[in-house]
Amino acid sequence: MNDFNRDKEKDIRDDIAWAQINKDVLQSIDKPRSAFWQLFAFAGFLFAIGVGCEIYQYRVGLGVGNFDNPHMWGLYIASFIFWIGMSHSGTLLSAILHIIHADWRKPIYRFAEAMTTFSLMTAGLFVMVHLGRLWQVYYALPYPNERWTWPNFQSPLLWDAMAIFTYLTSSMLFLYVGAIPDFAICRDNATGWRKNFYTVLALGWMGTDRQWRNFRVSYMTIACFLIPLAVSVHSIVASDFAMSQQPGWHITSFPPYFVAGALYSGCAAIITLFIVLRHTFRFEEYMTFPILDKIARLTFAIAMVWTYLNLIEFASVWYGHDMYSKEVLIQKATGPYSPFWWTMIFCGSVVPFALLSKWVRANLTAMMIISLLLNLGMWLERWMIVAPTFSHGYYPWTLDHDQWPSFVQWGIVLGSFGWFGLLFMLFCKLVPSVSMYEVKEMVYHRTLARKHAREA
Amino acid sequence: MSAVRILGLFNDFDAAANAIREVRDANLPTLKLDDVTIKSPIEHPEVEELLGVRPAPTRKYTLVGALLGGSLGFSLIASAQGNFFAQLKGGKPIIPLPPDFVLTYEMLILGGVYITVLAFLLCAGLPTRMKSTLYNTKISEDQIGVMVKADKHCIAEVKKIFQKHSALSIQEEVLE
Repeated sequence: MNDFNRDKEKDIRDDIAWAQINKDVLQSIDKPRSAFWQLFAFAGFLFAIGVGCEIYQYRVGLGVGNFDNPHMWGLYIASFIFWIGMSHSGTLLSAILHIIHADWRKPIYRFAEAMTTFSLMTAGLFVMVHLGRLWQVYYALPYPNERWTWPNFQSPLLWDAMAIFTYLTSSMLFLYVGAIPDFAICRDNATGWRKNFYTVLALGWMGTDRQWRNFRVSYMTIACFLIPLAVSVHSIVASDFAMSQQPGWHITSFPPYFVAGALYSGCAAIITLFIVLRHTFRFEEYMTFPILDKIARLTFAIAMVWTYLNLIEFASVWYGHDMYSKEVLIQKATGPYSPFWWTMIFCGSVVPFALLSKWVRANLTAMMIISLLLNLGMWLERWMIVAPTFSHGYYPWTLDHDQWPSFVQWGIVLGSFGWFGLLFMLFCKLVPSVSMYEVKEMVYHRTLARKHAREA
Repeated sequence: MSAVRILGLFNDFDAAANAIREVRDANLPTLKLDDVTIKSPIEHPEVEELLGVRPAPTRKYTLVGALLGGSLGFSLIASAQGNFFAQLKGGKPIIPLPPDFVLTYEMLILGGVYITVLAFLLCAGLPTRMKSTLYNTKISEDQIGVMVKADKHCIAEVKKIFQKHSALSIQEEVLE
């Protein structure tokens, strides 16, 4: 076996010293590669574009986004669904893999959970941005008041607000609780303001058996809560559409379809961020090819579930007797949105077949391109849910096939990627994105298993 | 008689376990197993084989939190709906159960998670100040600490046992 292949097969070493794990991860936080700062600057640039567009839209009005009746949601709500979906894989996969004791999760779960938190924060922005009149955002809040604008508890929009709030705060707590032992490591090794920062975050953790025991039970319990919660969140987002009577949305399979799509885009995003972090923070020793291989296989499996549910949706519309829904489907495939719709099908259902190749799974450049294409497909999917239905409603006066989002909408969508990038990279600079204590546990248990096998 | 706390650092868990076993079997007067604490960079569930099963009661709090969250959620929503019955409902019930179930479900999870985190902090004794506590930064790196609290005479014996099992360092702290 040559050196190249040996590198591809190499997993985390069982004989790696625990002190070395601390040293590697802490050094990477202090001195990332220059690519980190380049990406940080690029994210800042995108964010600035978004802020500029938002200021313009705020001062002039939603018309500058080229919104009209019936196109009231445009790219904003499509991006909202995309970011909610992106949030899914992080915490959900982390919780599932934790419960089934899949130890390959350990070096990657921290950044995946952070991805969840920041995706949800980005999604929340779009709810406000799409209102246009930000200063009247309180009108949208569900509380009884003297104006008699009572909250409608039967509306999925209200369920959505509640579900996202629950998911966001629970994910943040899951992320924080899981990081407390690592904050203690940072505290013990940091100096200056960082020491104070980590001292506060570590809460006085000393690794006593009492702390570990309660930590294990609590962490597992929160993981158990998060799995049904994550599924409910995207089912409820799907209900925003499926419980309406609009053609193309009133489909029974929407909730599982949304959940599968969310997991799919989240897995693709994990691959992208895996490659970025591996390079910028020099995590080659911990974010290994065997782990990437496992994520790629998982992504392929979810891609096939998503494709199947897509086919179910098309079949139920095609063989149903709702002519309006059928017209929307035909319009998607042959009308002005067809290039984007077919690109979605290509990226979402055809590109993942490349993951069957072992060579592709072991090639970082190929994996980066594929993961970006998969997420392009998933973003287009969300746009293709929102826009074609609005463009082809029940009444002739609602038909508007030629609406095109203005640069303001595109700018704010780009800005959301910048905002997410800034938050995520700042997090990775301050918090170890590889869980040090869990990697130690992984190494310890593997060594122990090998020792027992030898003795047997 | 003043109590003393002693912390011995060991290279690995096996060495620490051997030391604890000998401390336990020495039947020292005034030494209780509850006063023996292990500090480690990772979790060692095997510690219960040495020191007996120790409680981790967070799940009881979780159950209470989830039930409270769910029932509180349903009560708040139902009472809000009952309070604005003047709103036109088009023949639908004033308190519709299926949509309320969705929100109750979310509140159940919210209550469960929040109370679990609070219970974790409570049961693990966090947050805590570290100033007066024996601690060594090597514990968060790769060494295992065994901390014993007992009276002065017992501690002398414990110290000998630690030294016998090649403790890398021993620290003491007089309490009160």
